[in-house]
Amino acid sequence: MIGKLKYIVLLLGVSFIVIGITIGQYHTVMQKAVRICLQCIGIG
Amino acid sequence: MFAMHRNRLKKNGRIRSLIQLGFAAFLNGYARGFWKGQIFTGQTKGVCVPVLNCYSCPGALGACPVGAMQAALGDKKKPFPFYVLGTLMLFGVLFGRLLCGFVCPFGFLQDILHKIPVPKIRLPQRVDRILRGMKYVLLLLFVVLLPLMAVDRYGISTPWFCKYICPAGTLEGGVFLAIPDSRLRGLLGALFTWKFGVLLFVIVGAMTIPRFFCRYFCPLGAFYALFNRFSFYQMTYNHEKCVDCGKCESVCPMEVNPIKELDGFECIRCGKCKDICPSGAIENGIMFTKEGKDKIFDK
Repeated sequence: MIGKLKYIVLLLGVSFIVIGITIGQYHTVMQKAVRICLQCIGIG
Repeated sequence: MFAMHRNRLKKNGRIRSLIQLGFAAFLNGYARGFWKGQIFTGQTKGVCVPVLNCYSCPGALGACPVGAMQAALGDKKKPFPFYVLGTLMLFGVLFGRLLCGFVCPFGFLQDILHKIPVPKIRLPQRVDRILRGMKYVLLLLFVVLLPLMAVDRYGISTPWFCKYICPAGTLEGGVFLAIPDSRLRGLLGALFTWKFGVLLFVIVGAMTIPRFFCRYFCPLGAFYALFNRFSFYQMTYNHEKCVDCGKCESVCPMEVNPIKELDGFECIRCGKCKDICPSGAIENGIMFTKEGKDKIFDK
């Protein structure tokens, strides 16, 4: 079961990345990451 | 014989430190950001790095997955975070907590802090076990549930872990970006004081207890821990070769007993147990089949 599980999770992970990029989540992450996160640095 | 293994431990420890330093420099390679006081805004910023590395660090070339996860879950549209979760699952299933041991810059910082010669603490086993559970609580509560459910009237949430806890953000974003910048410095108030206190607590903790933050509080470590048992990268233990000397347990920074829980949640795959083992009972590597696991389970 363990032998199969890692391949299933690997496939799921790659699929999620492809789906995420396809629906524009890469750009959503980038839009967030190119701005200074004030709360992260302790302002807010 | 024992001196030979001690030397191997030291030599491989130095190699691991160099690898950690290399990753810390690579992930924060925008050196200009440090002296210009600005963050990197290039295309790679959309790439989730597999470790805790604040995207408000002036040098950061990629996005922190914990911050990106909270931002996705805190969005008013509540999209399923395919991209971030997929990235974490991919790295998790390939490497497990090897990323904590070799790649994470905040883990590297803790390794350095622990080398400072101050009295070291070993918590009672029961307290240690309870505290180890904290990181799963933080993952579930501060990274998933609160950003998902505690929303304002516009349906937007706060990145709870980043805002109230993350010491990596305080150090990389607060100390390296906000304090040198006069405009940002003027905005620092009670929240920064709280977060700076958390950072100091973690620094003192890491000086006295090895991998203090990884062990008790890191939500990313908690996530990768779930993959340790079945990731492609594995540490394996061969009971037939073991001479029960106990040296592996004595050098483990996570205080794991490799004989009992080498593939458990806590092992960060630093390889110290393998280096010190006088009989070669511990091995590591990428395993495509479950053969390596059989060595453990057949004992």
